Amino acid sequence: MSEVLSSENLEKDSSVATVNKKRSQTAELWRRLRKNNMAMAGIAILGIIIVLAIFADIIAPYDAVAIKQNLKDRLMTPSGAHILGTDEFGRDMFARLIHGARVSLQVGILAVGLSIVLGGALGAIAGYYGGKLDDIIMRIMDVFLAVPSILLAIAIVSALGPNLLNLMFAISISSVPSYARIVRASVISIKDQEFIEAAKAIGANDFRIIMLHIIPNTLAPVIVQGTLGVAGAILSTAGLSFIGMGIQPPAPEWGAMLSGGRQYLRYAPHVTTIPGIAIVITILALNLVGDGLRDALDPRLKS
Amino acid sequence: MHKYIFKRMLLLIPVLLGVAFLVFSIMSLTPGDPAELILGETASKSAVLALREQMGLNDPFFVQFGNYILDGLKGDFGRSYTSGREVFGEIFQRFPNTLILSVIGVIIAILIGIPVGIISATKQYSLMDSISMIAALLGVAMPNFWLGLMLILFFSVGLGWLPSGGYSDWKSLILPSITLGTGAAAIITRMTRSSMLEVIRQDYIRTARAKGVSEKKVINKHALKNALIPVITVVGLQFGYLLGGAVLTETVYSWPGVGRLMVVAIRSKDTPVVLAAVIFLAAAFSIVNLFVDVLYGFVDPRVKSQYK
Repeated sequence: MSEVLSSENLEKDSSVATVNKKRSQTAELWRRLRKNNMAMAGIAILGIIIVLAIFADIIAPYDAVAIKQNLKDRLMTPSGAHILGTDEFGRDMFARLIHGARVSLQVGILAVGLSIVLGGALGAIAGYYGGKLDDIIMRIMDVFLAVPSILLAIAIVSALGPNLLNLMFAISISSVPSYARIVRASVISIKDQEFIEAAKAIGANDFRIIMLHIIPNTLAPVIVQGTLGVAGAILSTAGLSFIGMGIQPPAPEWGAMLSGGRQYLRYAPHVTTIPGIAIVITILALNLVGDGLRDALDPRLKS
Repeated sequence: MHKYIFKRMLLLIPVLLGVAFLVFSIMSLTPGDPAELILGETASKSAVLALREQMGLNDPFFVQFGNYILDGLKGDFGRSYTSGREVFGEIFQRFPNTLILSVIGVIIAILIGIPVGIISATKQYSLMDSISMIAALLGVAMPNFWLGLMLILFFSVGLGWLPSGGYSDWKSLILPSITLGTGAAAIITRMTRSSMLEVIRQDYIRTARAKGVSEKKVINKHALKNALIPVITVVGLQFGYLLGGAVLTETVYSWPGVGRLMVVAIRSKDTPVVLAAVIFLAAAFSIVNLFVDVLYGFVDPRVKSQYK
């Protein structure tokens, strides 16, 4: 008898139950997402971009094609040899675009990941403990929110110096407060529910409760915000590189490529136009997926 | 209500102090010696040391920050390392240029976003709705610096109708404010549409229709008032972002505003200018947000009653 009711067994049972429930939730989410044509289009486009980015080195070697200058072929319009033309240093635009996709996706995903971890932790602590700690954390977040995120990112990069790591750090710091707010709000809405009380009653500690019981239940809004956040991070990366505060040449990055082509806008507009189109397509795909996820996760739209 | 406004304004003080502290700490991480930067590489060591002492660079961090705030309250944000002029004057001279761009950008966004959003919602799933939703998706996805370059390519380089940069007359305002307003227009369109759709489904709208009120009156009189409440927040937020986002647009159009001043200052490591520019834009952003919150109270009686 006592063996059956021991806290360990109860905990195990409940975690088994959540795993099963989660699996069916994911299946349900996918079922609803599949009905949304726009979201599926977004996933397909994103898939193509990711595949191109992963195999970028095989399609066009970095050192030999994406970086190496070839001045006699500069500013060529799209043709059979260079399907998207060449840039101001005679480098193949397509090769640079797919290597640029690598940079953009990397920065976008890692920056958002870092801000979800930081913001999520702060928000969970603030929401779970409440009181003074909550006040202090959220007032600090208010200060961060008072600075438009692109300005904060620019300030951080200009102080630390422009490179990939600092850029990623700057972009993630500037979006920490929004995740902290989202996570805090959902933690507050669930922390008084009975299953949390039950976990407390069987002696689970705060860390265990937050990590195993609260966090999984706050994931839905974070995933939606995160998908849209990757789009925002890619835009910020391109914007910062455009003003010379991001990825430094000769590394291929969409914003930097665009900026490099500015001088030749009159004679070779493709150098500026094409990286911009790449940005628009990527952001569009991410936004479609994000919107689709939001609709699929919205209980009001379940029917 | 007055009490609420007063309270909100008081709350602004610690936030702005926090912003100043945050940006001051970040900028103090900048490598390099400002005294050396001002005097040049050829300066003698003793001259650099003397200037460091004079600038207060040898003081502890918190003393430096305290002095910065005290001087700042008197309107003294130091002098630019490169031009030697007062930072406050430099920023104040350019701030109206940034403001005018953001204001026109927001007006364009409202004039496009709200009507298109309403039409999309009232004619949901029509061709018009699909077209405007696709346009709004593109508007959100477009980086504004790229849109700026494309507009220059088309209207300045191609057609030769409008200037590609600088600020001389009203013509030079057109392209930058369209560039700045497009993203906001897209977001306002989407917000207006979804808010309107939500309101239209409510019971009181059904009642109005059942009473035989004309469709036009139902939309314009009954639905619109409630649908626009959340839109106000979005408009306010967008206005704030435009002030910050002007950095990129101003760079594209060589616009003589605070954003461009800041970008130039960053390149020449002119820390006092960068610091003051970020604090100024953040302050403007916060004041706009405060204004929107107060306006919200006036528009929505439910919110208003909470403040009493």
